[in-house]
Amino acid sequence: MYLSIKEIKKSFPLKDNERLEVLDHINLEVEKGSFVSIVGPSGCGKSTLLYLIAGLEKVDEGLITVAGKEVRKPGPDRVVVFQEDGLFPWLTVLDNVTYGLKIKGQSKDEMEKKAKDILQMVHLSNYADSYPHQLSGGMKQRVSIARALVMEPDILLMDEPFSALDEQTRMVLHRELLEIWRKTNVTIFFVTHNIREAVQLSEKVVVLATRPGKIKEIIPVPTTKDGVMPDSVTLHTEQRILSLLEGEIEKVLKEEMGDDYSFKANPVHRSDSGDMGSNI
Amino acid sequence: MIAVIWEVTSRVSGLPDFMFPSLLLVLETLFTGLIDGQITAAVIRSIGRILLGFSIATLIGLIFGYLIWRYKLVEDTLGFLVTALQSIPSIVWFPLAIIWFGLNEFAILFIVTIGATWTMTMNASSGFKNVPRLYQRVAKTYGSSGFHFLRTVIVPASVPQLLSGMRIAWAFSWRALMAGELLASSGGLGQLLDAGRSLGQMDLVISVMIIIAVIGTIMDQLIFLRLERSVQRKWGIS
Repeated sequence: MYLSIKEIKKSFPLKDNERLEVLDHINLEVEKGSFVSIVGPSGCGKSTLLYLIAGLEKVDEGLITVAGKEVRKPGPDRVVVFQEDGLFPWLTVLDNVTYGLKIKGQSKDEMEKKAKDILQMVHLSNYADSYPHQLSGGMKQRVSIARALVMEPDILLMDEPFSALDEQTRMVLHRELLEIWRKTNVTIFFVTHNIREAVQLSEKVVVLATRPGKIKEIIPVPTTKDGVMPDSVTLHTEQRILSLLEGEIEKVLKEEMGDDYSFKANPVHRSDSGDMGSNI
Repeated sequence: MIAVIWEVTSRVSGLPDFMFPSLLLVLETLFTGLIDGQITAAVIRSIGRILLGFSIATLIGLIFGYLIWRYKLVEDTLGFLVTALQSIPSIVWFPLAIIWFGLNEFAILFIVTIGATWTMTMNASSGFKNVPRLYQRVAKTYGSSGFHFLRTVIVPASVPQLLSGMRIAWAFSWRALMAGELLASSGGLGQLLDAGRSLGQMDLVISVMIIIAVIGTIMDQLIFLRLERSVQRKWGIS
């Protein structure tokens, strides 16, 4: 397997020598070139899992390997696109994109060519010399995706990259991301709390349970060759994930608000009177 | 308006010129001083000193700031000490400086430097500490580490705070310089003040005060404020 996660445990120290267990016995295998999403209730440790793969946090127990090599520290083969763009405000768009390439030590011409190609891919060729603050939120996130892709990483780790954007921009970026994924064949590990986003984008959705985070189920998303799925099929998958998550959401709410809280599922999500057996 | 009030009161008050000179007299002294080189030479001397002292202080401040940011032990020891030292006006160091270096150039340079060092240290360390975690994470995932990490992330990200630190540090060392020169009498604007006093030339004293104010304002408004503004514009902070 390309990315392999074995028996991962991770906890964070609380006060009074207690430890909060965030991830418990996580096992996951991801194939090269696939698109995997992680969904789960807030606080289930999905971002932590991503940071572990990135090498920004250290595992307590277990082993993460990428292409057979153990992950010990952050590296340019596993770049992260964060929720906020994280562009350096003191650099131009072009300099931001070439930041990682400079560390790799590539020649200037090569760097500029690559950066220009990538900026074209995310439709920002005209903004190479702008500063980040001159761009809109969606454009900034495009730049940070470009900055990651230009490194030609083995794995692209995305930590809720579109959650701070408005709906329209998000839709456009979804389409662009899928296009890029098909073109570059990069492996994408995508963390989100948006079930629909996960189903629409990825081939596999990993549902995490909470406190401590465990893998509840791995759901393959049926895809057609052209990538366009009939709505009824995606809706069915979404509902399955939602029903899996309902119990987890209730657990979180009970913990936060006391035991008398009960989370009633919205019946709109469940009953589907017009469904003439699409999930047979 | 102020000029008119000054001119009128000095003429009406009946105080002799050596106590309360008229504005015209002051301006005359100022111009002749600038032309015949007395004031100009003093200005050059003082500016040379402060540039040297201020540069050293900035450098030391950056290094101390880095150490405080980087090592917890240094933060607990030096960091605490710096807070205490910062509250000592730098002229207080002068007696010590005289004993250590004698009443000379070094003593002045010492208090100019020490006047700016602590403020610079405080600002540098807090600037480094406030670099957003996100930038640090981004840089690390792209393989930045060590000195490269410091040069391309930590320092540029704290530029706004470093600049405002330098601005305050400059003001402190400028004050220290004047006090030092006044006492050490080895050239410079401060000594010119002292000379004006002993010769009973208040027009000279006031001329020098005007020069001090002008230089101070130029540095603050034209240089530091402008740098700060240009950084803010580039970063898009309004």
